[in-house]
Amino acid sequence: MRRLLPDIRAVFVREAGADRVVPPAGFTVQLTLFTSAAMAFLAVFALALSLAAGRLADRWGDELARSVTIRISAPEEEMERQTSAALAVLETTPGIAEFRALSDDEQRALLEPWFGAELPLAQLPVPRLIEVTETGDGFDAAGLRLRLQAEVPGAVLDDHARWRRPLLAAAGGMRLFGWTALILIAAATAAMVTLAANAALAANAQVIAVLRLVGATDAYIAAAFVRRYTLRALAGAAAGTLLGVVLVTLIPDTGDAGGVLTGLGFQGWDWVWPVFVPPLAALVALLATRAAANRVLEDLA
Amino acid sequence: MLGHNNAALVPGAGVIEFENVAYSYGGGELLSDVSLSLQPGSFHFLTGPSGAGKTTFLKLCYGALLPTAGHVRLFDRDVTRIGRDGVALARRRIGVVHQDCQFLDHLTVAENVALPLGVAGEENAAMEADLSELLTWVGLTNRAHARPPELSGGERQRAALARAVIMSPDVILADEPTGNVDWDMSQRLLRLLLELNRMGKTVMIATHDLSLIRAAKAHVQARVLRIASRKLQLAGADL
Ligand SMILES: Nc1ncnc2c1ncn2[C@@H]1O[C@H](COP(=O)(O)OP(=O)(O)OP(=O)(O)O)[C@@H](O)[C@H]1O
Ligand SMILES: [Mg+2]
Repeated sequence: MRRLLPDIRAVFVREAGADRVVPPAGFTVQLTLFTSAAMAFLAVFALALSLAAGRLADRWGDELARSVTIRISAPEEEMERQTSAALAVLETTPGIAEFRALSDDEQRALLEPWFGAELPLAQLPVPRLIEVTETGDGFDAAGLRLRLQAEVPGAVLDDHARWRRPLLAAAGGMRLFGWTALILIAAATAAMVTLAANAALAANAQVIAVLRLVGATDAYIAAAFVRRYTLRALAGAAAGTLLGVVLVTLIPDTGDAGGVLTGLGFQGWDWVWPVFVPPLAALVALLATRAAANRVLEDLA
Repeated sequence: MLGHNNAALVPGAGVIEFENVAYSYGGGELLSDVSLSLQPGSFHFLTGPSGAGKTTFLKLCYGALLPTAGHVRLFDRDVTRIGRDGVALARRRIGVVHQDCQFLDHLTVAENVALPLGVAGEENAAMEADLSELLTWVGLTNRAHARPPELSGGERQRAALARAVIMSPDVILADEPTGNVDWDMSQRLLRLLLELNRMGKTVMIATHDLSLIRAAKAHVQARVLRIASRKLQLAGADL
């Protein structure tokens, strides 16, 4: 990371003449432009995939967290005893992170949309609700159901949303896949720029000799090459990102269907992410070219 | 620039000093036990048979080669100790006319001549004026926008000389600067070098051209060095 800031500054503020010492754009520079564009395009998709999978995982995770409830329906005088019995059972069940009996106020809030605000809860045979939160490993639903049957006759375990658990894992995997793809894309970009810059530097041994003859330091020579490749990578990545974003936007959004594919578009703050792709590509190119330049200049000394 | 200036030189010390220097390209020694101190403002010619090692000697003088034994000091600093950056900075004070006149072929003649200014970050309007004056002096005004490969051998040498002096360096090392030009032009280039020497620059010219040496001696106290059988000697004064 040494000298990174001066190098970044050199890429943008060096006078126009300085990078002219490197012969005009060769084939390798064109390749850099094209590959950065392609890589940025792929990066946008990997990003969209990760973000969509992340959104899905979060939503399913939320639903899952609130998915398990125990409903106790019992006569008024039994209610208190059965509730504490159920809580005692939960206390000793492995795989349960938290549980909590809802208060009268909370239950009233839940029922309000259907029955209005003046619900006389105490006079109605409303079941008592216990909210259960699982640990990551989950609990044995069949076992819990049996114990509740034995000890709390009025209890019903409701875990209908638990079927989504494997899907949640899949969404998490998909998100991981997306980020891994992004890292690989960055690494491939670095490798490609290194190859291109290496070839260009080696082909320009004569130019380097002339520059040294007139007193150029390694830093000056390296900067001329770094500047060229960094700017090309930036331009290519900007074009590729733009194209990627446009295509992602064009994927029809089917709303709440919830699939990864249809939910691929960027939403809200997600839009910030693609903006980072071109500068990141430029940074990768800068580091790769600088390393290649230092190596070649060492060899040519 | 080098932290060091002429003022920091020990009395009697030269701008370029060789102390028991030997050099070999890998085979036998090409130069051995060479000692020399180039005094500021001196004017030297370097002669010797082809293949004797004149170009090699000049390369040692500007740090393009490092001695295989002994010490070379540029502006009182040992070339083996200052690293590539140190050599680069020292080179900005040494104008070099290379024997095969290396240029950047994708730039114009004018841009090539101005290259040392750009490299040192010293491009400015005053320098621009110097550039056109210099191009006029070496007779390249009408070739200023040509590319180096389009130049004749003599034009290339003139451009190389112009590039070597544009930074107003303390030392000018020229390897056969008049090898490809006619008599009139060689006199003109010599006058440029004499003029720079009068301004206090140290000059060394490697050449086979005895008439050039004679012409110079009419104007300046020039010493003639000769490389023969691996040694550097002071040649007879009767040239
Ligand atoms: N890079 C190199 N590797 C190996 N040998 C070299 C190299 N450069 C020069 N030589 C050899 O060293 C010897 C001296 O070369 P140099 O160029 O210094 O001679 P010179 O006196 O300048 O000759 P000329 O008058 O022809 O220019 C020659 O025999 C040459 O072949
Ligand atoms: Mg020679």
